[in-house]
Amino acid sequence: MKKRKFGLTMSFLLAAGTILGACGGGDTDEAEKEGTTGDSGNKTEETFKVAMVTDVGGIDDKSFNQSAWKGIKEFGEENDLTEGDGYTYLQSQSDADYTTNLNSLARKNYNLIFGVGFMMQESVNEIAAQQKDFNFSIIDGVVEQPNVASILFKEQEASFLAGIAAGLTTETNKVGFIGGVTGAVIERFEAGFIAGVKAVNPEAEVEVQYAEAFDKAEMGQSIASKMYSSNVDVIIHAAGGTGNGLFKEARDLKQKDPSRKIWAIGVDSDQTAEGVVEIDGKEQNVIITSALKRVDVAVKDISAKAKEGNFPGGETSVYTLADDGVGLAPINDAVEAKADIEAKVAEYTEKIKSGDLVIPGTLKELETFSAE
Amino acid sequence: MQMSSRMKNILTPIIAVLLGVLVGTIIMIASGYNAITAYQALWNGAFGDIYFIGEVIRQTIPYILAGLAVAFAFKTGLFNIGVEGQLLMGWVAAIWVGVSFDLPKIIHLPLAVLAAGVAGALWAFIPGYLKARFRVHEVIVTIMLNHTALYITNQIIRSVLSDGKERTDMIADSASLRSVFLEGITDYSRMHWGITIAIICAIIMWFILEKTTTGFELRAVGFNEHASQYAGMNVKRNIILSMVISGIFAGLAGAMEGLGTFGYMAVKGGFTGVGFDGIAVALLGGNTAIGVVLAALLFGGLKVGALNMPLEAGVPNELVDIIIALIIIFVASSYIIRWFIDRVSKKGVK
Amino acid sequence: MEYVIEMLNIRKEFSGFVANDNITLQLKKGEIHALLGENGAGKSTLMNVLFGLYQPEKGEIKVKGETVKITDPNVANDLGIGMVHQHFMLVDTFTVTENIILGKETTKGGVIDIKTAEDEVRKISERYGLAVDPQAKISNISVGMQQRVEILKTLYRGADILIFDEPTAVLTPQEIKELIQIFKTLIKEGKSIILITHKLKEIMEVCDRVTVIRKGKGIGTVNVNETNPTDLASLMVGRDVEFKTEKIDATPGVEVLEIENLKVKDSRGVQAIKGLNLSLRAGEILGIAGVDGNGQTELIEAITGLRKAESGSVKINRKNVLNLPPRKVTETGLGHIPQDRHKHGLVLNYTIGENMVLQTYYQKPFSKSGVMNFKKIYDKARNLISEFDVRTPSEYTLARALSGGNQQKAIIGREIDRNPDILIAAQPTRGLDVGAIEFIHKRLIEQRDQGKAVLLVSFELDEIMNVSDRIAVIYEGEIVAIVDPKETTEQELGLLMAGSKKKEAGEDANV
Repeated sequence: MKKRKFGLTMSFLLAAGTILGACGGGDTDEAEKEGTTGDSGNKTEETFKVAMVTDVGGIDDKSFNQSAWKGIKEFGEENDLTEGDGYTYLQSQSDADYTTNLNSLARKNYNLIFGVGFMMQESVNEIAAQQKDFNFSIIDGVVEQPNVASILFKEQEASFLAGIAAGLTTETNKVGFIGGVTGAVIERFEAGFIAGVKAVNPEAEVEVQYAEAFDKAEMGQSIASKMYSSNVDVIIHAAGGTGNGLFKEARDLKQKDPSRKIWAIGVDSDQTAEGVVEIDGKEQNVIITSALKRVDVAVKDISAKAKEGNFPGGETSVYTLADDGVGLAPINDAVEAKADIEAKVAEYTEKIKSGDLVIPGTLKELETFSAE
Repeated sequence: MQMSSRMKNILTPIIAVLLGVLVGTIIMIASGYNAITAYQALWNGAFGDIYFIGEVIRQTIPYILAGLAVAFAFKTGLFNIGVEGQLLMGWVAAIWVGVSFDLPKIIHLPLAVLAAGVAGALWAFIPGYLKARFRVHEVIVTIMLNHTALYITNQIIRSVLSDGKERTDMIADSASLRSVFLEGITDYSRMHWGITIAIICAIIMWFILEKTTTGFELRAVGFNEHASQYAGMNVKRNIILSMVISGIFAGLAGAMEGLGTFGYMAVKGGFTGVGFDGIAVALLGGNTAIGVVLAALLFGGLKVGALNMPLEAGVPNELVDIIIALIIIFVASSYIIRWFIDRVSKKGVK
Repeated sequence: MEYVIEMLNIRKEFSGFVANDNITLQLKKGEIHALLGENGAGKSTLMNVLFGLYQPEKGEIKVKGETVKITDPNVANDLGIGMVHQHFMLVDTFTVTENIILGKETTKGGVIDIKTAEDEVRKISERYGLAVDPQAKISNISVGMQQRVEILKTLYRGADILIFDEPTAVLTPQEIKELIQIFKTLIKEGKSIILITHKLKEIMEVCDRVTVIRKGKGIGTVNVNETNPTDLASLMVGRDVEFKTEKIDATPGVEVLEIENLKVKDSRGVQAIKGLNLSLRAGEILGIAGVDGNGQTELIEAITGLRKAESGSVKINRKNVLNLPPRKVTETGLGHIPQDRHKHGLVLNYTIGENMVLQTYYQKPFSKSGVMNFKKIYDKARNLISEFDVRTPSEYTLARALSGGNQQKAIIGREIDRNPDILIAAQPTRGLDVGAIEFIHKRLIEQRDQGKAVLLVSFELDEIMNVSDRIAVIYEGEIVAIVDPKETTEQELGLLMAGSKKKEAGEDANV
């Protein structure tokens, strides 16, 4: 009796499967697959397809993933590709999904697949070894394989400039830094930011705290709330989606007390839109500027090179201030020290571009750093 | 009567799954997606290809063990919400052994797996002991220990298993559950030998609970502590034992992630969710070993298949989360109704 | 229109099993009508048919002369039929009023109007002398009060005909007296009552007529003032029943249980046993008489190792077992029939077979090196089931599904089968019908005759007087007297139980 029930259950499942499978799709799928294994090399010339896999932050993190997607979208539109066919993205809900997602995209004949975020390094390494016919690119990580282009940024240069803005804006001489997960990338942000603040305002203290998550806005908000209440008046974040909590807190405080001078600085993309507060019908903005990490520029660049057949496989490309890979967004007009900031930023930008000044990329380098 | 209640037990989850799919369909149609294409994509993404089948099995492995952990505790009257934390502790222990030693595989791999089981067991011992000794409710303790485990493992990764990095090194090959053979037959999926461990554990759970005196005692204590005590059973010992065995399963689930799927452990911003999904798996599987295996397969299929839905059908994979949630709600509500009926009729007796 | 309810030739089957076969019951207005039958005779089925929970296969139901079809309890309610169940259907965390209006809430603009409802409940309560506080929480009131809430519930819903299912099973003697008073008030107010019971004493005391059913068949209806308990018992059981169990004189042997200066605290830390001394000899039944709450529970728990004792000694066969784990105590030769069979005696979600080995599962042949041998277990269970006349569909049936009497028989079978030197029986016949009581008493005496010692704890004087060879009276944690049942009377025992020492019985009685 028991066995029969079990059999019933199984046949239910099988039936469900068969129905779904039979509803079409199956055949075209087969055809596609044959294409994959057969002649993917030829296909490259015909339609160049590009895709990305997000980390757990998701496509709408208003930061890193979103910026990468912007690059892919622009590339796709410029090359007359259609979304969902010529270019696309897959979201990862947990870190177990990275490998599956990368692999799925390869199986769908995407010629170039970006893994966005250093968390994906291991997965890119693994899949690149298996899917040798396809090109991969890892952002913020290094994978030494002939079909992987590694992309790094000099984040410290962008955050150095942001540090200048923060150092010149603060009135309490206390600024804050909210990090995502401890690691080399965020450390570059941190070191550069502290160096920038100290360069223009040696008196200022920098309070640093890590949320240890890139996708926890509520944690970002509670850290920001603590910092603002301990007299910090400018906070930068380098924490992806977690940083949205910072903006929320800043907006809320501004709403409650419009006269209070509190500021936030965005990261990765120009996050100005996140800082808008409406007070008595008047729009104000709590964001001074954003430390730009032009993931979009890098993604577009690598995609273009790959399409032309110049894919930098096995190489590590470092995007810097000099080649517009990182930078600083326009300064908010409401900042009193705007002119001052712009002057200093211009001055240091020159120094950095010319190589006269090397911004520290680790906390260790920061110890011996001097802006003079 | 007996038979029809068994029939009900089997039908309940099946109906719940079908209802979940039905309501999911309605939601998809209402939001303007093509439901048939979406389910096709789901199916193809789960079973449409040997690679995906391998991935489904890979995802199923930790689900089976997490489900067994919850089900085992539940069968003995305890609610182990702490599977997630025990899994993390097991994961970190397995990695620790995996990166720290250089031993022949025949010793290294079993040692790493064993370490994970022990770590999970120790982490589950705490709520078990507190419940047995001080009557502290295990749900509260396990929930809190989940968070503790998350931060402890993160700290261990940073300070002990690496020098300040956000992930550990890869484990030695001799500690890996990965298999060239399994990857070969599944077109490079990450399916690994853990599936045998998971199946063996399912059999062990069934055997312990249904065939041994230990299981007889554990279930008796779960059903009626007082009568068990009157019959000379050591209630406290059984409560602790139950949590410990449950913790071993949970720790092994962590070993599957550490030694099989990933080969390393990274600092986590939040929970893996596998431990919590284990609750749903156990619930759907009616807390039986075979049920857990089938439910884990379903959840594994849904999870892996979901990744394909945006690609092939343009449906956001959040929708799959909604369908899974709906299935759980439908399963849970039928159990809630039954539980409520039992409760009311019991209350009256006093 | 003589009858308010007529159930004519009712037949109800459950998949081949005939629960009610051609039963007729006619209730006159203003009478208390008893429905008498053994456990499992079909009383509850018949009443569930009347209450609309079951549909009869054959027969006719008339309410006030008109044929009706009672399809569900709501229909029954509308016809003025209310039922007070044996197991109360109350929500513990709700107040009395909230429970009463549950499902029939009075609302004012969509909001529950608790005030009006409370007033209404208070009015009904006063009218029938129920003295229920409408605002009290269920969890804070006694079982007797909870029963009155159930009565109120039916009255609130306008019932004229009240069915009581074994209402006295859960009540103390005082509460029973009060309930009988309530019955009389209800009748005076024009209600009619059907009383489901197997207690002959109650029927003789309060009922006007009695309908007897046996094994699903209607035996007949008699006027109470034309019958007597012995006749009723024979009608119910189908043979002559001996109220006084026959037994030969005891031949006590060596002391098997010696308790010296035992001190035990109860769960709240109050001294429940205060230096108690007692000895039990092989081949005798020692009855412990006393009012509930005088330390009986703590005494048993201390002997069996379930509760830690403060000091003193408990020797079984000359070996001190004080504060040993329960299993160690059991293994020295002790059997225990617990007072609360649901809570302490059985794992209700286990099968009868599994319950039969609840004490011995770890021994051969039921298990070997930790692996259970279910074939041996169920073989054993089958034997015990037939030996102790446990009426169950099979040994695989859940203990939950059995009637109280059969559950108790299973426990007794389990304990006696272990062949213990000492058998502790706490309230072994509580809630059972005469047939089952007779069976259990016979078994206890049989044990005695085989040279075993039996410690019988009971609150029922009849039982103590009938079965015991010696009676020890417990009062506030001490044995205040030991008497010979042949030389004492219920009155004397009653006085002793109330705290007057034997010697000064006369003086203390006046205090």
